[in-house]
Amino acid sequence: MDLLNLKRITDYEWELPKQEDMIVPGMIYGNTKIIDHLKEDVRLGKDWNALKQIANVACMPGIQKCSIALSDVHPGYGFPIGGVGAFDTEEGVITMGGIGFDINCSVTTLKTSLKEEDIRKNAKSLLNSLFKIVPAGLGSTGKVRLNFHQIDEVLTGGAEWAVENGYGEEKDLEFIEENGKVKEADPENVSEKAKQRQFKQIGTLGSGNHYVEVQYVAEIYDQEAAEIYGLKEKDVVVSFHCGSRALGHQIGTDYLKKLAEVTKKYGIKIKDRELVCAPINSEEGQKYFSAVCCGINCAFANHEVLTHLIRKGFKEVFPDGELPKFYSIGHNTCKKEYHKINGKKKLLYVHRKGSTRAFGPGREEIPKKYRKIGQPVLVGGTMGTCSFILCGTEKGMDTTFGSAIHGAGRAMSRKRAKRQYRGDKLLKELENKGIYVRGHSMAGIAEEAPGAYKDIVNVVECMDKSGIAKKVVMLKPIINVKG
Amino acid sequence: MDYELLEHEADIGIRGYGNTIEEAFENGAKAMFSIMIDLETVESEKNGEIKCEAPDIEALFVEWLNELLTKKDIEEMSFSRFKVKIYKDDIYKLEGTASGEKFDQKKHKAKLEVKGATYSGLKIGKKDEKIFIQCIVDV
Repeated sequence: MDLLNLKRITDYEWELPKQEDMIVPGMIYGNTKIIDHLKEDVRLGKDWNALKQIANVACMPGIQKCSIALSDVHPGYGFPIGGVGAFDTEEGVITMGGIGFDINCSVTTLKTSLKEEDIRKNAKSLLNSLFKIVPAGLGSTGKVRLNFHQIDEVLTGGAEWAVENGYGEEKDLEFIEENGKVKEADPENVSEKAKQRQFKQIGTLGSGNHYVEVQYVAEIYDQEAAEIYGLKEKDVVVSFHCGSRALGHQIGTDYLKKLAEVTKKYGIKIKDRELVCAPINSEEGQKYFSAVCCGINCAFANHEVLTHLIRKGFKEVFPDGELPKFYSIGHNTCKKEYHKINGKKKLLYVHRKGSTRAFGPGREEIPKKYRKIGQPVLVGGTMGTCSFILCGTEKGMDTTFGSAIHGAGRAMSRKRAKRQYRGDKLLKELENKGIYVRGHSMAGIAEEAPGAYKDIVNVVECMDKSGIAKKVVMLKPIINVKG
Repeated sequence: MDYELLEHEADIGIRGYGNTIEEAFENGAKAMFSIMIDLETVESEKNGEIKCEAPDIEALFVEWLNELLTKKDIEEMSFSRFKVKIYKDDIYKLEGTASGEKFDQKKHKAKLEVKGATYSGLKIGKKDEKIFIQCIVDV
């Protein structure tokens, strides 16, 4: 297979031509910098490379239009990270590789009524207050304790469960993707082990690239959109990134094994063992989809409990501080959505692995307040650089099934990052730049060094220039609590 | 060398070496737990029993690792020593023991959480007269 011969459509759109067993071509949204990095991995003969993964996904039954990689693309397991694959409801499959272990890993952004200078004056006490109140790091447990009966309510209720139980507020729900609850979630399809693993993990952040960050609006690119989103220069927001915790991990584990048998049973040919899958319209496929929906709801609930904790932590330093929800979106999902295929509206199952929804103007899934301008796309950057809020576009609806990037995307392995950076030194450097970071592990901080990631400005530029999602504002960090 | 962590941009590859496949499985588990905790700090106070099976030896490795992750979470344990016996009937079966103690975020110098072991990069091989088995784990 010739993975190096990519066809340039525009400076920001590249096609991996259909060849061998590929049912559709691959499409990559990035500039030469992104493309060269991908080709380099192929040339070096790396065991796992994203171009190969894009091609592998393009070989899966029922895939529609193309196998997509966005500008934050890097190698994942099975699917590339930053990947999108949409499948037909009759001939298509649902695959573990396109969703992963951290189901509905999401970013939530909360607004505040504060300005940058208000935070600067109290940065350290706010950092410590958030660090204390948000359970984070490997093995941390939350204050909420659940039993088998209650966990089922979490899995069906999502963020609604949280609000009913005193975490978060009713008015938050409108500003969460799917209003914080997907309906196909049947806890019967989730194992006891998965539920048990989650008993103490609701309201915990996790580790790795999960964080809570206090940010300010540093630059506005689109005045009209920013106004509709209610964002002004120097406004302070709080963003956090985490997923469905152990419940999602165990759903992944359970179905990895089950789908391996199912793939064999139906004689589905896959190019990478991690792409184990089930026909969507089979009993097994629908069970997995329902389990994924349980994971999605669990992440929604988790985010709502964390929202509650962050509000509490903020109040300790800013007693009058209100933190209304701006928006919450997930990556690592499979969603039933209507899209246009050859001019006709069609129901599809859209996998987004390390990529998010980015619906264009007018879609009814978008909160009324934002509908005119398109869905907010929350792009988490690294702790030392910046994050972005983009908005979905018509072009995105036509090309990427309304999907955009989820972050900067790693450029360096964790092992190499640890060799190159030291946690304590990094913390000092960041503090000199006015960014206050506290983490649960120094090694973890080194692994998350800004230099270990792709240049987020370039990654976002590719989205904006290709027209997939438009830049609205840039956010810069002041405080970061690392998981 | 008992085990090795392999470069992967988003996640981490783990590889266990051994004179036998059983030893490679044991060291593979060590590799995975070394991502999460400092193995040296964990005392062997309690044993956990693991039983699992799979249609082939590679899948059995992923099963073994994932069973350990489940046990670690549900019983809130840190594991650092492992013993494995593998049998083959019509499928592969594993009986294993993991030793460690109650998880302690400070004492065990908790690092990065492993979410799951995957079929990606999964293979058995030979290097310098030793057998190895490897896969990518999601972190």
